[in-house]
Amino acid sequence: MGEVTKLIHKYLRHDKKFPHVWCPGCGIGILLGSLIRAIDGCGFKKDEVVLVSGIGCTGRLPVYVDFNTLHTTHGRALAFATGIKLAKPQLKVIVVMGDGDAVAIGGNHFIHAARRNVDLKAVVVNNSVYGMTGGQYSPTTPYGAKTSTSPYFHIERPFKISELAIVSGASFVARSTVYHVKLLDELLKRAFLKKGFSVVEVISHCHTQYGKINRIGSAVDMLIWQREHAIPVDKAREMKEEELTDRFVIGVLQDRDFPTFEEEYEKVRKMAKKFTEI
Amino acid sequence: MRYDIRISGWGGQGIVLMGIIIAEAAIIEGLNTAQTQSYGPEARGGSSKSEVVISDEEIDYPKAIRLDCLIAMSQKACDDYYGDLKEEGILIVDSTYVKHVPLQRFYGIPFTRIAREKLKKDFVANVVALGAFSELTPYLKKSSIKKALIRRIPKGTEELNLTAFEEGVKEGRKAKNTSRPMVLSERVDEDT
Amino acid sequence: MRKKKKGKEVLLQGNEAIVEGAIRAGLKFFAGYPITPATEIAELLALKLPRIGGTFIQMEDEIASIAAVIGASLAGAKSMTATSGPGFSLMQENIGFAIMAEVPCVIVDCMRAGPSTGLPTSPSQGDVMQARWGTHGDHPIIVLCPSTVKECFSLTILAFNFSERFRIPVILLVDEIVAHMRENICLEDENIEIVNRVKPSVPPEWYIPYEDTPSGVPPMANFGDGYRYHVTGLTHDVKGFPTSRPEEVDPFIRRLFRKISQNFKELQLGESFETEDAEICIIAYGCVARSAKRACIEARQRGIRAGLLKLKTLWPFMRTEVEKVLQRARVVIVPEMNMGQISREVKRVNRGQSKVFTINKVDGTPITPEEILLKIKEVY
Repeated sequence: MGEVTKLIHKYLRHDKKFPHVWCPGCGIGILLGSLIRAIDGCGFKKDEVVLVSGIGCTGRLPVYVDFNTLHTTHGRALAFATGIKLAKPQLKVIVVMGDGDAVAIGGNHFIHAARRNVDLKAVVVNNSVYGMTGGQYSPTTPYGAKTSTSPYFHIERPFKISELAIVSGASFVARSTVYHVKLLDELLKRAFLKKGFSVVEVISHCHTQYGKINRIGSAVDMLIWQREHAIPVDKAREMKEEELTDRFVIGVLQDRDFPTFEEEYEKVRKMAKKFTEI
Repeated sequence: MRYDIRISGWGGQGIVLMGIIIAEAAIIEGLNTAQTQSYGPEARGGSSKSEVVISDEEIDYPKAIRLDCLIAMSQKACDDYYGDLKEEGILIVDSTYVKHVPLQRFYGIPFTRIAREKLKKDFVANVVALGAFSELTPYLKKSSIKKALIRRIPKGTEELNLTAFEEGVKEGRKAKNTSRPMVLSERVDEDT
Repeated sequence: MRKKKKGKEVLLQGNEAIVEGAIRAGLKFFAGYPITPATEIAELLALKLPRIGGTFIQMEDEIASIAAVIGASLAGAKSMTATSGPGFSLMQENIGFAIMAEVPCVIVDCMRAGPSTGLPTSPSQGDVMQARWGTHGDHPIIVLCPSTVKECFSLTILAFNFSERFRIPVILLVDEIVAHMRENICLEDENIEIVNRVKPSVPPEWYIPYEDTPSGVPPMANFGDGYRYHVTGLTHDVKGFPTSRPEEVDPFIRRLFRKISQNFKELQLGESFETEDAEICIIAYGCVARSAKRACIEARQRGIRAGLLKLKTLWPFMRTEVEKVLQRARVVIVPEMNMGQISREVKRVNRGQSKVFTINKVDGTPITPEEILLKIKEVY
C-alpha cells in the first residue's frame, strides 16, 4: 500500500458517505490531507484526538475523519473545545474554523482563548469570504473586493488573523497557504506538539464564490496568486515595510512559552485543597 | 407561631448580615427560618431591606407580613415601614439618623454614634443594634445570637464584634428601663 | 411549644443550596459569566470545585459558557452553568445544540424582571416560556422550578439525574426571591439517588451512537473512551452523520420527543395542599406558591374551601395533575409574576369545567398572600 492509501485507510471514516461537500479544487481538501499527515506525524492515538469545528465549509471537515469529532454552532468551536480540554486534559483538542467562525461571530472567543492559553490547537482557514452561504464578505475580505454583500466594492479593512492571535497572547502562531503544502504539514505538526494555545492560519481560496465574482479565475489561478503573494518569514525580515504591502508573511510568526490555563488551574486546586470547608 | 422581623437602612450598613445572623440564631434554637432581602443595584448607599421570619412551624410565605419587630437604621426606613408593625410590635431605631419617630412607643439608641465613638468603627453599628435587639426582644436567646454572630463574621474580628454586641446589650437594657415613652430630642446627637 | 429538629440544620441561600445539590449530584465542571441574581452560584463554585478536583471557569460571555459546559459534558464531566434572563437568552442557540446532540447538562436561570436588562435585582417569573421555547425549532425540554431552599437542593440533584438519564439539558428556573432567600436546611440526608448516563456496553466497532432504544435514550460514550463518533447540531442519522433524508430525520426528531413523553408520569412533580375538597384551587409555582399557601390557610380560616397545586415541574406541563384540579374545583386561580404564561397552559387544558382567573404582577415586587386572598374572596 502506498503511503497516501495507508493514511486514507487509517484516518478517513469508512462508514461515512463520500464524496465530501467541498467544491472540486477547494483548499479545505488540501488542508484535510495536511492535517492527517501532521497528526500521524505527531504519533497521536486516534482515541485521544478530538477534532472540533464550527459552521461553514470548514465545519464539515471533522465528519470525514476517524477521531472524536464535534461539529458545533457557528463561531463557538473554541468555547466547546475549552470545555472538552478542561474536563479531560489528556485529550488532544484541535479546532478547525473558517475566517467567519474565528474572527467574526467567534472573534471574542478567539481572542479570549488566546489570552487564556488553554492548550488548544486552532486551525483557521482564511479564504476571505463566506463560501457556504453564497459569497458574502467576511472580516478578512480585502478592501475594494466584490462579494455578494459588497456588490460595488468592499469598504472595510480586513483583520490580520495571525497578528490578532499574537497580540491576544497565543503561545504559537504560524501562517501558511494551501499552496505551500509541505510548509503547512510542518507548521501544523509544530503547532500540535507545542504546549499552549497555538494558531495556524491557512490562507485558502474560494474560486466558486470569491474567485468568480472578482474575476480571478480558477482554483489553480488562485493557488498561483497564493504562491506569488506569500513571503517566507526569513525573507520578509530583510524587506522594507512598503515592499510587503498587499503581501503576507508565511512561516512561524510567534513561538513563546506561557503556563497553560490547565497548569495554572492545577495550582488553584492544590491551594484550594489546603482550605477547609467554609 | 411566626415572628416577622424587618431590618432596613441603606447599603453598606450591614443590613443583610443582621438578618442572616438573626436567622442563624433561630436555627441554633431549632426553629424554622426564612431570610429575604431586597436592595437596589448600588453596593453602597441605596436603600436596603432584610427580613427574617422565624417559626416553630413550616414557613409558607417567606417574607415579613405584619411586623413583630422593625429595626430602622435610617429615617427613610422608619418612615416607610413603621406602618407595617403589629400593634404590640417593637420598633428599634438608630437615633443617630432617625430624628422623627411617628410612634409613641419605640426604642431609640444611637447605634452608629456608639460604634463610632466607643468602638472607633462605624461599620459595627449593625452589631451594636443586634446586641440591643437581643435585649429588647423576647424571641431568641442572647447566647444564640452571639453564637450566630461569631459564625458569620470574619476571623480575627471576634473581639471587636463581641464588644460592640455587649455595648448594644447595655444600651438596650438602659432603654428598656426607661419607663416613660422616650422623647427623641433628648437622645438625638447633632452630628448628622 | 418549640419543636426541636433532628439532623444538623444550616442556613443556606437558595443559590448556595443549588451549589450543594450540584456537587452532591456529581458536578465536576462549571462555566459561567457574572450576572445578578445568579452570581453567588459562580462565586461559590469557584471556591468549591477546585477542592474536589473539578473545574470552574469564567468565560467571556454566556454563549461561551454554555458551549464549554456542553464540551465538558461530552468529555464525561457533569456540567452546569447559571445565569439570569439576558444571559439565558444568549445561551438559547447552544441549548438547542445540546437538545439535538443529546448532551446532558444543567442550566440554572435565576429569573429577574425583564424584558431586556429589566430590573436586575427584582423578582419575576417571566422566563417560563423562554425556558420552554427559547431555542429555535421544535424540541422537548425539562424545566424544574423550586419554591424553597430545600427544593433548590433536591431539584438541582433531580435536574442532573434527569439530564443524565434522558440525555437532555435540564433547566432549573428559579425566581430572584428563592435564589436569594436563606432558610434552614439539613444536607445530611444520605439516601439521595444519583443517576449517571448509561455508557455503551458494546465494543466500539458495534457502537451506534444515536441508535433508537426502548427507552428512546441511546447509551452515551464520552470523548476519549475509545468510541470515536461524530457529534453535530445538524439533523443526523443513527451513526451521528448529517442527513437530510426524511425517512431518517422524522424518526430521529420523534425519538427526541418520545424519550420524554414516555416517561411523562415520572417527570410530573407537584404538591397538593388541601385540593381534595377545594372549591377554589390555586395553581402556582416558585415563590408565588408560598404566598398562595398562606392565602389558602387564611381563606380556610374564613370558611372558604381553598386548595393549592404547586408545580415543581413546569415543562413538560403537568397536564394530568392540572386536569384533576380543573375537574374538581369550581374556580381556579393562577397567580404569576408575569402577564400570564402558565395560565395559558391551564386555560388550554381546561375543557370548560372550571373558571380560570389569573393574577398577574410585573412591577418587580412579589405577589403577597393578601393579593391572592383578595382574589379568592372576589371570585368565590
